[in-house]
Amino acid sequence: MVSQQIKIAMVAAALVAFAYIVPHSGSFVVLLATRAMAFAILAMSVDLLLGYTGLASMGQAAYFGVGAYLTAILAAKFHFGLGWDFWLVVLLGILIGAALAALFGLFAIRAGGDYFLMITLALGQCAWGLAYRWNSLTGGDNGINLNARPSFGLDLGNQVTFFYLVFAFFAVSMVLMYVLVRSPFGRSLTGIRERELRMQILGYNTWLHKYIAFIIAGGFGGLAGVLWAHTNGHVSPETVVLTTSVDALLMVVLGGAGTLVGATIGTAIVFGLREYLSTLVPWWQYMLGGVYVLTILYLPMGLMGIPSRLRQRIASQGKSEGSKRLATKPS
Amino acid sequence: MNSDSGAIGNVPVLELKSLCKSFDGLQAVRDVTLQIMPGDRKAIIGPNGAGKTTLFNVITGIYPATSGQVVLFGQDVTGWPSHRRTALGMARTFQVTSLFPKLTVLDNVLLAIEGLRRSKFVMWRFLSSYKEVYEKAYSLLEQAGFLDRKDLEVRNLSHGEQRQLEIVLGLASDPKILLLDEPAAGLSSGESTEMTAFLMKLDPRLAILLIEHDMDVVFDVASQISVLHFGEVLESGTPQQIHSSAKVQEIYLGTD
Repeated sequence: MVSQQIKIAMVAAALVAFAYIVPHSGSFVVLLATRAMAFAILAMSVDLLLGYTGLASMGQAAYFGVGAYLTAILAAKFHFGLGWDFWLVVLLGILIGAALAALFGLFAIRAGGDYFLMITLALGQCAWGLAYRWNSLTGGDNGINLNARPSFGLDLGNQVTFFYLVFAFFAVSMVLMYVLVRSPFGRSLTGIRERELRMQILGYNTWLHKYIAFIIAGGFGGLAGVLWAHTNGHVSPETVVLTTSVDALLMVVLGGAGTLVGATIGTAIVFGLREYLSTLVPWWQYMLGGVYVLTILYLPMGLMGIPSRLRQRIASQGKSEGSKRLATKPS
Repeated sequence: MNSDSGAIGNVPVLELKSLCKSFDGLQAVRDVTLQIMPGDRKAIIGPNGAGKTTLFNVITGIYPATSGQVVLFGQDVTGWPSHRRTALGMARTFQVTSLFPKLTVLDNVLLAIEGLRRSKFVMWRFLSSYKEVYEKAYSLLEQAGFLDRKDLEVRNLSHGEQRQLEIVLGLASDPKILLLDEPAAGLSSGESTEMTAFLMKLDPRLAILLIEHDMDVVFDVASQISVLHFGEVLESGTPQQIHSSAKVQEIYLGTD
């Protein structure tokens, strides 16, 4: 258990260092880090489903999008959420994400495996279709511009202040999800991932557990959407498009499904690579694709799986040396 | 639940009434009627494909019954999902080991204990803060002799150890009736003697319904045996009666 405390201390130290270094690294880095953190909340919510519950959802962009559109529509049409009422929008964003997940979950949770993936994909596309077609509300293809960030004593128009706000949301989300995955409920999700039938026989209503997890992930998706809308200053069908869902899923796989830190690292790497590579070479997307393929082929546990893989290798080397010694001894 | 054990004494813990299960044309379980009283030790034997595991799956609610009734502690549970039957006091193990392979022995048992507790929905507190759950897990592991291996991942245990852990998970919910699906499947003769000893040590008030191919285990553990053949109960009786029955010899023991 000591090692777990060391891990927590390492993550905490990394977060403090990150919060200290980024604001001193120029406005481009600050904006990039802010975007990545908002998206990392979505990636962690995907990890809750994929890594901890074993549900590969292809529709998380829907909850992200509904949070983002809510923020943009309230701000642009009603001038709501630009002062203290920003906190109300945060709350509404979480609730609307959770509510949409509660609705979609009724259809999706009935199915397992690939069918779950297909249904969430289809439902996600429904959300995208609405954003694209419901011109009067969403502005259609043009989307909605947010002209100003909220200001309530804190002026969020200031990049660094806004960075700290998103950082706080990100850190709190991570802590909440960490407690969740270690709680009795979170452990039950892991049991469902490992063997759902046994969980039913042990007395768990596995449908209900998956449904609750799906709703919680939707809530965090909604929160990420609210922050994303203010980070970007623009919400359009791009936000809800399938690629957003797939990106979140791939970030989790890249970092290591089943670890919240992995989801975060995956997000950071993809955002970093995308921004920097795209300034260097026009064919950066191929490089990103290559990274994904290599990860899935050689690191099925993602980057977070590297330490245990190294340990295994060292252990097996020790073993083979030991057996060599044994083999030579009798002669 | 222990307080009214006198009343429970007269009510069968499990009663099957003309239970049938068919898959499209195939009748896997036909008209099975069975009564199990508290503390009974019954075994179901029969050749491969006789419908034994299907019968268990219908009793535990994994498959819906085609017709007939499953009555648990006097309640008709025929249409109930598995988890509600477990909550009444039924537990089972699986023929093919169904543990959580990537979790530790301790985590496996913790999941099993949490299954019937309301705290399984708590998400704002670490599981490790539940002292009484851990104490119960330690005492279960100690009884089964697993305490020294509690931090091993289950996939690293031997097959025999996994078979025993199956039963420990079944016991974690304090069941009144335990369905064992071939506990000795794939065990060496030494391991299966160990398994028999393990089963004989269990609380005598616990009713057991056992499916098993290993006749040594069956004759030691069970006081009543039913023979299932093509989904039907062919004969029921004491181990001696079954052993000397000509019909049973013909379809089952004789083919060995």
